[in-house]
Amino acid sequence: MINLEKIRKDFPVLNQKINGKDYVYLDNGATTQKPVQVIDAVADFYRNTNSNIHRGVHYLSNLSTKLYEGARAKIKHFINAEKESEIIFTKGTTDSVNLVAFSFGERYVSEGDEIIVSAMEHHSNLVPWQMLCERKKAKLRILPFDKSGELEIDKLPSLINKKTKLLALTHVSNSLGTVNPVKDIIKIAHKYKVAVLIDGAQSIQHQKIDVQDLDCDFFVFSGHKIYAETGIGVLYAKEKFLNAMPPYQGGGDMVDHVSLEKTTYLDAPFKFEAGTVNYVGAYSLGLAIDYINTIGIENIAKHEQDLLQYATEKLSQIDGLTIYGTAKHKTSTISFLLKNIHHYDTGMILDKLGIAVRTGSHCTQPVMDFFEITGTVRASFAFYNTFADADRLVEGVLKVKQMFE
Amino acid sequence: MTIEEIQNEIIEEFSMFDEWMDKYEYLIELGRDLPQIDTKFKTNEYLINGCQSKVWLNAELKDGKIYFTADSDAIITKGIVALLIRVLNGRTPKEIMNADLFFIDKIGLSENLSPTRSNGLLAMVKQMKMYGMAYNAKLNS
Ligand SMILES: Cc1ncc(COP(=O)(O)O)c(C=O)c1O
Repeated sequence: MINLEKIRKDFPVLNQKINGKDYVYLDNGATTQKPVQVIDAVADFYRNTNSNIHRGVHYLSNLSTKLYEGARAKIKHFINAEKESEIIFTKGTTDSVNLVAFSFGERYVSEGDEIIVSAMEHHSNLVPWQMLCERKKAKLRILPFDKSGELEIDKLPSLINKKTKLLALTHVSNSLGTVNPVKDIIKIAHKYKVAVLIDGAQSIQHQKIDVQDLDCDFFVFSGHKIYAETGIGVLYAKEKFLNAMPPYQGGGDMVDHVSLEKTTYLDAPFKFEAGTVNYVGAYSLGLAIDYINTIGIENIAKHEQDLLQYATEKLSQIDGLTIYGTAKHKTSTISFLLKNIHHYDTGMILDKLGIAVRTGSHCTQPVMDFFEITGTVRASFAFYNTFADADRLVEGVLKVKQMFE
Repeated sequence: MTIEEIQNEIIEEFSMFDEWMDKYEYLIELGRDLPQIDTKFKTNEYLINGCQSKVWLNAELKDGKIYFTADSDAIITKGIVALLIRVLNGRTPKEIMNADLFFIDKIGLSENLSPTRSNGLLAMVKQMKMYGMAYNAKLNS
């Protein structure tokens, strides 16, 4: 069970009026709010601790480094990686994908090779692969999904051949909410010796992740979508890949020995963390994970699933409302459109009613093309949302309908 | 009426609405009543892509004055398009180039013309002024 009254006090942003109304924040898919436990500790860090990491002999630099490496350890446990050195800090999901597309691409992909992505990828897990394919004259192949928003997994084997090097797939669709059966898919891919990258930007905050159980080769996510600061992200990669892949960026803190002629690199994770990293962001991510652990990711998942079911049922009763993404397994994300009413119009009026949703294509243009629409209204719930929030959304949608009909 | 007078007239009209809801309902009405743009102008060439909503705009010069037709796929956007056309239609290129569109702010709709909304309206105003400049250059050549 989850104590909403107590939890909501932890998130100051939620406790205000917007456009004169109690704020209903349903844009958690874009970014999540931060608990005071993260906000205060970060402010405190700047007040009392701040120092650059890894290079100081002095007291606070050591403390700073300890907190940074402590965050790495927390993440290792949170996703059950085998080793801390398999956790690389990045700027976010997009940065993590670009790192793999570059470094994996340099090591393993050559002309004529193939990469597979699904048709429901966020542009961040699509464009870097398109760029790699262009650079290496490789081919990008697409795993389709059906009308309910479920991947057509039976088509996967026919997309794989001897040239296939990697499958990059989202765990959860950010526009449709579909939870893909990644464990089964990884099994299939591995049978053909194809490496798999899982985009966990929309799954890490909603369910228990165990990268060893999934057996994925790469897993990427963003801190800001899991209650931490912006500008920090994670790349988990199996050690064998981290050892084999060349560095992505060169700079300080990633080198073993530098002369003007030749430089040798440190081992992972440092090989992939050039320059001054966002150590405060990493610290905040560790704090956010602590916070989640005190509530329990299973409790979070349960409450969010209840919200999903409740809101889906209520919205479905509205005449002329279509939900896009009706997969069996979904996270608490509902994309919808009202008949003959533009998503922008709906979003504008909801905003006036103090309800924050996202409108547009959600960086998944191919998904919109599939449904032959220009965008949707997306309500994405987090564990601090209430059934009353869902009611407010439903009331708001009814108001929109009344205004535009 | 001058551009300034029409804007004052619109401000007067909007001052009658106490509630934001009434204001938006009026915008929706204006959007619905906006004369249809000729379908031949509803192509990419005339499209101002605002990412969130789309705006199509055409301008023609007749007897030294510019006449606009426009459309949008979102109704609120279209309502504001209608207001912009009402203010700038039938004006000389020079008037359009130099127009100070103060009414948007005064009627509390400036958020709709903010670059962060990305609804095509800001780009539309720019495009209207570009037409003013282009036709002005043409008249003077
Ligand atoms: C599924 C998915 N992948 C990737 C991203 C990109 O994340 P970021 O912008 O934090 O790099 C997002 C964010 O919207 C997402 O939802």
